[in-house]
Amino acid sequence: SSGINAEYGHVSLNLTIRRTFGLYANVRPAKSVPGVITPYSKEGVDCVIMRENTEGEYSGIEHQVVPGVVQSVKLITRDASRNVAEYAFQYAQDHGRKNIVALHKANIMKMSDGMFLEQCREVAARYPEINYREMYLDSACLKIVSDPSKFDVMLMPNLYGDIFSDLTAGLIGGLGLAPSGNMGKDGIAIYEAVHGTADDLVEANKGNPTALLMSGLMMLRHMGLKSQADKIEAAVLETLTERKVITGDIGGTATNPEYADEICRKIRG
Amino acid sequence: VVSTQSTGQTFQHYFKQINLRTMLRRISSPAVSIGRAAVSTSAVPRTKYGGKTTVTLIPGDGVGPELAESVTTIFKEMAVPVEFEKIELNREQMKDEGSFDYAIKSLKRNGVGLKGVINRSADFRHHNLEFRGGLDVYANVVRCMSFEGIQTHHTGIDLIAIRENTEGEYSSLEHESVSGVVESLKIITQEKSMRIAKFAFDYAREHNRKKVTCIHKANIMKLSDGLFKACCKEVSEDYPMIEYEEQIVDNTCQQLVINPQQFDVMVMPNLYGNLVSNLAAGLVGGAGVVPSKSYGENIAVFEPGARHTWMEMKGMYVANPAAMVLSSAFMLKHLQLHEAGDLLIKAVKNVINRREVQTRDLGGSSTTPEMTRAFLNELDTLYKNQ
Repeated sequence: SSGINAEYGHVSLNLTIRRTFGLYANVRPAKSVPGVITPYSKEGVDCVIMRENTEGEYSGIEHQVVPGVVQSVKLITRDASRNVAEYAFQYAQDHGRKNIVALHKANIMKMSDGMFLEQCREVAARYPEINYREMYLDSACLKIVSDPSKFDVMLMPNLYGDIFSDLTAGLIGGLGLAPSGNMGKDGIAIYEAVHGTADDLVEANKGNPTALLMSGLMMLRHMGLKSQADKIEAAVLETLTERKVITGDIGGTATNPEYADEICRKIRG
Repeated sequence: VVSTQSTGQTFQHYFKQINLRTMLRRISSPAVSIGRAAVSTSAVPRTKYGGKTTVTLIPGDGVGPELAESVTTIFKEMAVPVEFEKIELNREQMKDEGSFDYAIKSLKRNGVGLKGVINRSADFRHHNLEFRGGLDVYANVVRCMSFEGIQTHHTGIDLIAIRENTEGEYSSLEHESVSGVVESLKIITQEKSMRIAKFAFDYAREHNRKKVTCIHKANIMKLSDGLFKACCKEVSEDYPMIEYEEQIVDNTCQQLVINPQQFDVMVMPNLYGNLVSNLAAGLVGGAGVVPSKSYGENIAVFEPGARHTWMEMKGMYVANPAAMVLSSAFMLKHLQLHEAGDLLIKAVKNVINRREVQTRDLGGSSTTPEMTRAFLNELDTLYKNQ
């Protein structure tokens, strides 16, 4: 039969930024948004995913060993695992979060995920007031769709974090509402919405800025501007709860600027 | 109240008739294997003595033995012509390599197995993996269907997750190249990707399904998942009647919690298969109600869909036996004992949907034996009403 050619792509700009600034921890909170009803709104979702952001399955090291056999390398290092674990526990302490669960597949990937867990345990020992557990990733998938309210902070390597954080975004209403932050060394922090470019919505100004706005609020809090962030957040949540001036993706008819104006009006009081 | 003695005798008589009919049917009809996959999902029964088929039973760890007990109880009362070759294979037994090799031999010989989950023992290789790799049980099929009687966040789900079960991230090839740096290899081969793709499309066609979705992460893992995706695409061209689409795994997980009804048949490599089948099982009611079937060239293994041993509850008889019993029912169908299999499936579904007897995972407080008894009573009723 004819050989199968896998496609090659260009190196992503996102990846370049991540590498240039050493953004080692990706923080993705998922909190139920009032006014956006999902099957999970009743029990409510309020969790944070801490995802290792530099290595793991995203090392980009792949080769065709012989025609028809490809190997892809997943890299786990002690340092990167420790960095993200330290950030996670510190974040939990700073934000009053009581539980951290490490998600892994160390039953299958004993050495790599095993090393990741080792680092998590070492850091956990330094934060006795935070309740630390470990859970298999597949168990977590099973449990979170049954009762997401039981999940608080979740710590995991790169690939699992990517998949799982999209899952949690789905629980609260989709990527259009998902903010995120990327932490680098020396206090560098870059915040971004997780969703794609949505080119089809650009001309009509129909994009939903909530995700980017929430990311901005995460940034303000990181900078110590908590009261300002709280004020803006209250206005955003009020606008969403009222459901009068909201964008199309969550069931409204307002444009991006109209939605923003409404929030500003509420801030002015 | 019908005594179990008479129930057993009634079933025995019933199944004696079935066996004869099945045998006659086999003789008179031509071989049905037009355009089949390399493996046929319906077996040729291996008959041993007195028309009974021998099947390997491996209860496994945790609540496994209790669930296996439910199955043996039900099969005994139904007087199904199946004999179990029971092999105790759990953490303690693992220390003896011999018992493990014997289990493999037994499965090879019998060609059909029913099993629970075996916990990883610290010193030995991961046995669930060895099972699949050594026996080349390469296709794991988990069908997740909503139950009317189980309250879940979504309804109307009916998807089939087909997972390549021998390679990918589960290759167990890891090394610490430098201190503090571990490399774990994920292997994707054209041969196995083509094989699972063909299995998925054949399965879809055999079961009148309309769409196959290839789940991958080829945007990041361009070579490995790229190869998998390309194989699926190539195979899809041989099945123009079946719709084919591709989806990135993160989006899949998101879509599963927003709109799971859109999925039909899904085919994917090992790890994503693990996540997606667990996720989907959680959507329809959890590990206690979802069965699975796994196929190799000449072997079929039936086990609960979400592989969790639930060690904390071992010996307490609180686990839901539905998943294990449904798996055993699918095994009966695989052995061409369709009437028995269908009856058992219907009985389990009726009991679950009626919500009178519910184990802890379904919100009740019934025990495993109580649930088993409920299945048996329902079987009795169904048989009488035929």
